Amino acid sequence: MARKTSLGRELTKGVLRDNPLLILLLGLCPALAVTTSAINGLGMGVASTFVLVMSNLIVSLLRNVIPDKVRIPAYITIISSLVTMVQFVMQGYVPALNQALGIFIPLITVNCIILGRAEAFANRNTPLASVLDGLGMGIGFTVALFLIGATREILGNGSIFGYFLPFVGEGHMLKPIMIFAMPPGGFAVFGLLIAITQRLNNKFYARQPLGTMDRAHFPGSISARTDAAMHGVEQRFPEGASAAQVPGAVPETLKKDGKPIKEKDQQ
Amino acid sequence: MYLNVSASPHVRDSITTRRLMGDVVIALIPALIVSYFIFGWRAVMLTAVTVAASVIFEWLSQLVMKRDQTIGDLSAVVTGVLLAFCLPPELPIWMAIFGAFVAIVVVKHMFGGLGANIANPAIVGRIVLAVSFAGEMNNFGILGRFLGEGQADLVATATPLANPDNVKYLDLFLGRHAGTIGEVSALALLVGFAYLLFRGVIDAWIPVTYVGVTALFVWILGKDPLLHILGGGLLLGAIFMATDYVTSPTTTKGKIIFGVGAGLLTGLFRLFAASPEGVSYAILLMNIMNPHIERWTRNKTIGGVDYVA
Repeated sequence: MARKTSLGRELTKGVLRDNPLLILLLGLCPALAVTTSAINGLGMGVASTFVLVMSNLIVSLLRNVIPDKVRIPAYITIISSLVTMVQFVMQGYVPALNQALGIFIPLITVNCIILGRAEAFANRNTPLASVLDGLGMGIGFTVALFLIGATREILGNGSIFGYFLPFVGEGHMLKPIMIFAMPPGGFAVFGLLIAITQRLNNKFYARQPLGTMDRAHFPGSISARTDAAMHGVEQRFPEGASAAQVPGAVPETLKKDGKPIKEKDQQ
Repeated sequence: MYLNVSASPHVRDSITTRRLMGDVVIALIPALIVSYFIFGWRAVMLTAVTVAASVIFEWLSQLVMKRDQTIGDLSAVVTGVLLAFCLPPELPIWMAIFGAFVAIVVVKHMFGGLGANIANPAIVGRIVLAVSFAGEMNNFGILGRFLGEGQADLVATATPLANPDNVKYLDLFLGRHAGTIGEVSALALLVGFAYLLFRGVIDAWIPVTYVGVTALFVWILGKDPLLHILGGGLLLGAIFMATDYVTSPTTTKGKIIFGVGAGLLTGLFRLFAASPEGVSYAILLMNIMNPHIERWTRNKTIGGVDYVA
């Protein structure tokens, strides 16, 4: 993390370029489980953002105090204290949302995004940069959860924020498409959003033409082989080697003095 | 001596995708004609709608994804007919169009188009509709005159699998019972099967093992095997969907594994799962298994060089 970055970039990178959910693919469990409605997605996102910003701040302030060997337990303690606060607030002020999100509020404690930002960013950056990083990541997470939740609520329930759309429901021509309220629909919407995000990402951030699966830029990539396929180059032999030098590439019977038979050899 | 080094295939013949798909469409026509007599004009109209929707979605997908236009190869037509054949005749039109969208855009073109889809598009279209609209997808009926009521409208009634009392095997064989558009007449489907075998479009391994294993499984567990062969979508699935080139094995050994697996799963789903029908789920699961079956049953190359895949 020695590279110099402006504070503005720390804030904005979480929204699109390093979106924690859609690019880094962290925090999938709450993303798929609670996003059956727009308000659930938004609530989950805001709660996680609060915990993320505060944990980044505290971890950053204590980064020279916490011994390296026990840093993970220390982070978890900080995060779980914050989550407990969030849960008490939600139980007091938005009991219905708390009921809907259920076990996933306490589970923010082990959300990979929060622990990941503490480990990867806050423990080696200044408090201000860490807060901005947490805020940006939180906004990116919230926007992604809201989009998934809103799409699934519109298609799967025929409503948005609990208000039913016209022409949908009992007695109308259109009916909600139930599958979007169920887990398969969640995966489908999630996959589509990943595709759209990577497309936008390529458009705005890629300096040179990159495949969507470039590992250096998009850690969500599957394997080096996929990268090669996406770039249209499949490497059959090691760099600079020809078929003749790779064991097994050409059957022994076709070789002569370690070289493939050429036209003139046969004459 | 000149050796022209190029990638396979080296030998081509006159069999094109279009000819194969055209043969499948011809083989499906008897079942479509029967559906008109059993369900009336609405069955034919619904089929026309899904075919038109499938072709249009294929054209649009290839336009948006900047791929070559291949709507002329008739594969979208086959998908549309097969999708319509596993829908009940009274399904609302927009739901059928949504099914075609799932089949063509999501299952076929998002996975890379014809040849790259991991599952049969029509099957997935049907399953998404069945999960999304359980009420409409189980709203089966038959023209009133077959029930002795002298009506020319569809009368809601249960399928033989859901209500196995008082069924006559001849009625099941000819198609005089409730069900989805294409599945009702075993006779029409068998005529199509014979045509496909005669033209060499498919071979009999998958359909025969699939139907045989399902019947055996059901018989061992004390149920009526003939009812299970004739009364649901088993013949339609076994002849036209499980034999899809893209999503079924290429070797004989693989085809037998595929048929046996699908047969066992269909028996299990029909007897022990919540829904009376299970053909589509069985074929979908075997579609997903297909790459593994292909790997297990790959033919040894004669004189080839061993390599690690």
